[in-house]
Amino acid sequence: MQPFASHTGIAAPLVKDDINTDQIAPIMHSRSLKEDYRAMLFHRTRRHEDGSEDPDFVLNRPQFRSAGILVTGHNFGAGSSRESAVWSMLANNIRVIVAKSFADIYRENCLQNGLLPVVLGPQLADAFIDRVVAADGAAPFTVDLVALRIRGPGGPDIAFEISAADRMRLLEGLDDIGMTLKHLEEIIDWERRAAALQPWLQSAKDNRKPVQDERETA
Amino acid sequence: MPATLFDKIWNFHRVGERADGRDLIYIDRHVLHELHAHHAFAQLQKQRRRVHRPDLTFAVQDHTVATKPGRDDDTNPSGAAFIKAMRQGCRENGIRLFDVDDPEQGISHVVAPELGIVLPGATHAVPDSHASTVGGVGALAFGCGTSELAHILVTQVMALKRPQRMRVRLDGHPGPHVNAKDVALRLIAELGVAGARGYAVEYAGAAVRGMPIEQRMTLCNLNIEMGGRSGFVAPDAATFAWLAGRSYIPQGALWDRALEYWRTLKTDDDATFDREVVLDCASLEPQITWGTDPSQVVGISGRVPEPGAVDPSRRAAAESAFAYMGLAPGTPLAGLPVNRVFIGSCTNSRLPDLQTAAAIVRGRHVAAGVIAMVVPGSSSVKRAAEAAGLDRVFRDAGFFWGESGCSMCAGGNGDRGEPGERCVSTTNRNFENRQGPKVRTHLASPATAAATAIAGRIADVRQLLEGAA
Repeated sequence: MQPFASHTGIAAPLVKDDINTDQIAPIMHSRSLKEDYRAMLFHRTRRHEDGSEDPDFVLNRPQFRSAGILVTGHNFGAGSSRESAVWSMLANNIRVIVAKSFADIYRENCLQNGLLPVVLGPQLADAFIDRVVAADGAAPFTVDLVALRIRGPGGPDIAFEISAADRMRLLEGLDDIGMTLKHLEEIIDWERRAAALQPWLQSAKDNRKPVQDERETA
Repeated sequence: MPATLFDKIWNFHRVGERADGRDLIYIDRHVLHELHAHHAFAQLQKQRRRVHRPDLTFAVQDHTVATKPGRDDDTNPSGAAFIKAMRQGCRENGIRLFDVDDPEQGISHVVAPELGIVLPGATHAVPDSHASTVGGVGALAFGCGTSELAHILVTQVMALKRPQRMRVRLDGHPGPHVNAKDVALRLIAELGVAGARGYAVEYAGAAVRGMPIEQRMTLCNLNIEMGGRSGFVAPDAATFAWLAGRSYIPQGALWDRALEYWRTLKTDDDATFDREVVLDCASLEPQITWGTDPSQVVGISGRVPEPGAVDPSRRAAAESAFAYMGLAPGTPLAGLPVNRVFIGSCTNSRLPDLQTAAAIVRGRHVAAGVIAMVVPGSSSVKRAAEAAGLDRVFRDAGFFWGESGCSMCAGGNGDRGEPGERCVSTTNRNFENRQGPKVRTHLASPATAAATAIAGRIADVRQLLEGAA
């Protein structure tokens, strides 16, 4: 995972609540294993049916085409667990989402991929949205995860909070699996305990064909 | 110390605490599907990591498979690559795959419980937000992303923040032709699409106890539509009877021992929740969505709301939904002409769902001009339905009868509507463009969907049946 320390970029206002994963990363008409995540982002909002761009959509407006920060409302990323809704942000060089709140699974997916999810309380968020709208892409904002500050035109620095653990994980770009594998012995101990206490949990066999389905466990 | 059922399952499965303060929660059963698995298999290969417990891992082909009779890998051309990559990854990693032609293929959330792969008190993960469907048998399930899926493959645990606990008490008994789907839609309408965010939800109360297991699964399936990752029902005698005899359950003395333990799986009387919600189900009528998120719901006799009646914070969303759905405020839902009806998905595709719909359809015909589909949730459900003659009932009435899969729920297999069409669907999301570009989706129960297909208009099933009597 690419580490995240600080990002300076244009902030684009997408001021709506409940933007869902079907909007962020629509299931494409024709698809392949190597999908075009760049084209996928807000595809159906961004483009008319004939493929031409909707010039009014915020990310299509000239001043926001290279935005690196997205500013939005409540419950961003509701819906599906599909991680393409995060990958499509990164494919468009969006590294920060500032929202009033995030859907649970979406926020987890952000942390897995080095996309910084910043939550601001409603009043702070509204004030920040006003500044982003006023800046209109003419000057960048900086979201600094080291200092836990948002800096930019139109007002004083805005402090934000994120759990120390999530912050560390993003700053260091920690390998999530690697972090857990440090606990492999505990995992194996747990398996031994569970095999004694609730043995049915440690075995999942088709009883109709016990011989064929015998598998070795590590 | 009194504990909730959630605490009991969580604490038992807590392997340890990671350096970042997250709990490592052991996952007893992990089920993959083809849309996301290939990313994880590729990641494992690149990192030279292996699957820790292939014997506790299962896989299904469900999201992209065609529903056309006689289908194969290539019937849906854009699914073929996913299906083949899944097959290869499962072979290389020793994972039991319910492949396209397997007699037990189907939607993961239907297959795992019906085979007894998922058990009461077990933890379960699927890279799909509707994982908590299996909460209906008393399992604690987590929908997960692709990175988390790779993490579980390698470690068999998830690194999670402990959620808060919510109890939803469903009082009273729903009347005739009102079931779990209607209850869940009303609940989402009351709590909102983020109402359960951050909570694990236990469904309790007389209405839940009276629900057959399949309806409990419908209820838990829709938990994510109010933002909750995990939702479940404490197992009871009905659960144990439902599981008995299924293929993957513990056998002999182990079954007796499991039963003894499962009977302890309930919230202690004095345990406290972070939030409690009560809904009276006795007076509910069939429910249906009018808008573009699952909280925009009215009773079947209701009307599209006036903007002034909508909470100010939700007004912009309502205005945008009016436009997308082509509905003016004040329009009655019942009587709206429809183009399509879809009965299926992890929400409502189990045998009792199809039986309910068939009972309404029997001896009647789909209205002229309406395309109506039934897609069973698994190949086992399909076989059971055919053995009971339900396929004939549907076909004679003019329904398409398909092979099992996710189908029109998200249209990942090419099953979708045409722009501008109005579709009554037993699925879980009425998001814009989900069932096809510009398709207008109304979520409802199988009974309402069946009645609507016959009437050609959104129908109150109770009136349709009374009219016949």
